[in-house]
Amino acid sequence: MKLRANLLIGGGLVAVAVTVAVLAPWIALYDPVLDANLMNAEIPPGSEFIFGTDGQGRDIYSRIVHGAQISLTVGIVSQIANTIIGVTLGLTAGYWGGWWDDFVGLVTNLMLAIPSLIFALAIMAILGPGLTSLLIALGLTNWSYSCRIARAQVLSLKSQGYVQAARILGYGDFRIMFTQLLPNMMGPIIVIATLGMGAAILAEASLSFLGLGIRPPFPSWGSMLSEARDQITTAPWLSVFPGLAIFLTVLGLNLLGDGLRDILDPQSRERRA
Amino acid sequence: MPLLILRRLGNTIPTIVAVVLVIFTLFSVIPGSFTSSGDDGRMLDAQVMERMRKELGLDDPLHQRFGTYVANLAQGDLGTSFRTREPVTKVIAQRLWPSLKLTIAAMGFAILVGVPLGFIAALRPGSLIDMGSMVVAISGLSLPKFWLGLMLMYLFALTLGWLPSFGYGDGGLRHLILPAVALGVSPMALLARTTRAGVLDVLNADFVRTARSKGMSEYRVVRWHVVRNALVLVLTTIGLQFGSLMGQAVVVEKLFSWPGLGSLLVDSVFQRDIPTVQGSILVIVLFFLLINTLVDIAYVIIDPRIRYG
Repeated sequence: MKLRANLLIGGGLVAVAVTVAVLAPWIALYDPVLDANLMNAEIPPGSEFIFGTDGQGRDIYSRIVHGAQISLTVGIVSQIANTIIGVTLGLTAGYWGGWWDDFVGLVTNLMLAIPSLIFALAIMAILGPGLTSLLIALGLTNWSYSCRIARAQVLSLKSQGYVQAARILGYGDFRIMFTQLLPNMMGPIIVIATLGMGAAILAEASLSFLGLGIRPPFPSWGSMLSEARDQITTAPWLSVFPGLAIFLTVLGLNLLGDGLRDILDPQSRERRA
Repeated sequence: MPLLILRRLGNTIPTIVAVVLVIFTLFSVIPGSFTSSGDDGRMLDAQVMERMRKELGLDDPLHQRFGTYVANLAQGDLGTSFRTREPVTKVIAQRLWPSLKLTIAAMGFAILVGVPLGFIAALRPGSLIDMGSMVVAISGLSLPKFWLGLMLMYLFALTLGWLPSFGYGDGGLRHLILPAVALGVSPMALLARTTRAGVLDVLNADFVRTARSKGMSEYRVVRWHVVRNALVLVLTTIGLQFGSLMGQAVVVEKLFSWPGLGSLLVDSVFQRDIPTVQGSILVIVLFFLLINTLVDIAYVIIDPRIRYG
């Protein structure tokens, strides 16, 4: 099999999620927040509303489509932040060594010791709910893996001939790090970033479910589920569709990450878990 | 061995100090925003804020506050709950057993299902069983725990009526099953993957080929060579997952109204009960570090090649 199934299915699911998020204003049939109509409250999925309506008569399909924007924004932006922080710290720590390496090591251990959801929850508690707080909370708390990977890669790469050559040519430290070392370690970093995106989307959903992330009436998948919980006996469909949306998006990212790992990072067996 | 344990415990001290510093800084240096950024953006009234400032000693200089905090901590004093006026240690102690019970039950589920699943998959790579178990594993890692819990609740409690839908009940097994499964699915999935990867790795090792070629039966090869060697990787995963599970439990505890540390933490956040928030985070982190230390010690017992110098 040349093109692996996980890459194909994962890539497909992610492509669908991205397309839905980008086209949300055009493919949504109603406004996700304003089109409430109590005459249409709690209509089960059917021909008029394919995913049904919620307690305020809002179209669940339109809300889920708009929710994709929030989930993907959180996933992508926070993961870019994590990757930049992790790679910069790991790269410099591995390259310079010494006290800076020790210091980065201590901070990384600290980040690993505080469960990232708890850390993000604490930051949300201080900053208050909202998209900006979420991006800060999730973008600052999950960089330890990319940091470790970057550091390990530098340690094995920095004795290579081309790095020595660059040094002899008089390249500065930063130029060596970012033009010589970084391009050669992108594979594992892209894999970690893809898997981290799924984790960030799950974390956003969890925080919003707890009432600390995106607050109603805005249509985050997590906040939709937190509203749906109280109506699970009368309107179970409210709980089914947002959850499926989260599951399929994260599944897509995880499959894609696995598939990319097989291609970009073949020697990662011990990190496979 | 006792020396090793002592040394390993000593290694965690810098991390613990750093964690205490972070928890203190997060909630004490910036409490202005913490007290004023109310639940729905509304401000706490001036009287309450004044009382909070006084009780938390917020008008004292920073280093003095940190000193007091650490000194109290060293005596096992986590402060007084802002809401209930009880010592935080007492509040946490009441929540610790339900939390432990949920974590242990979830981990038990994860081990009992995940390890055999990964093991069987590795013995028949490429087979239908292998593909099936890996589909289960990747799905388990992608499921939001609280959504799984909600679906389990709907099916087994509200529709079939087999199990109670939420709460702690009398602390018996019936109330424990649904939250434990919801919490245990992702470590189960991870364990299945790790076990499979670990066993596959060992099956390709030279010593396994040697054992086979000297005529050892397949059962004995697996029993004596594969299992023991794959155990280290599996144990690492169990340890890491078990340690972080108490933190992951937050959402599941909230969903099932389980009276553990996670729901205490979330409730305290909404009630702006800073000492309780700090205390519960600290206990969750200490639990993680304790489990990891125990795992490191267990390595040495299982695999005599590993030495900590």
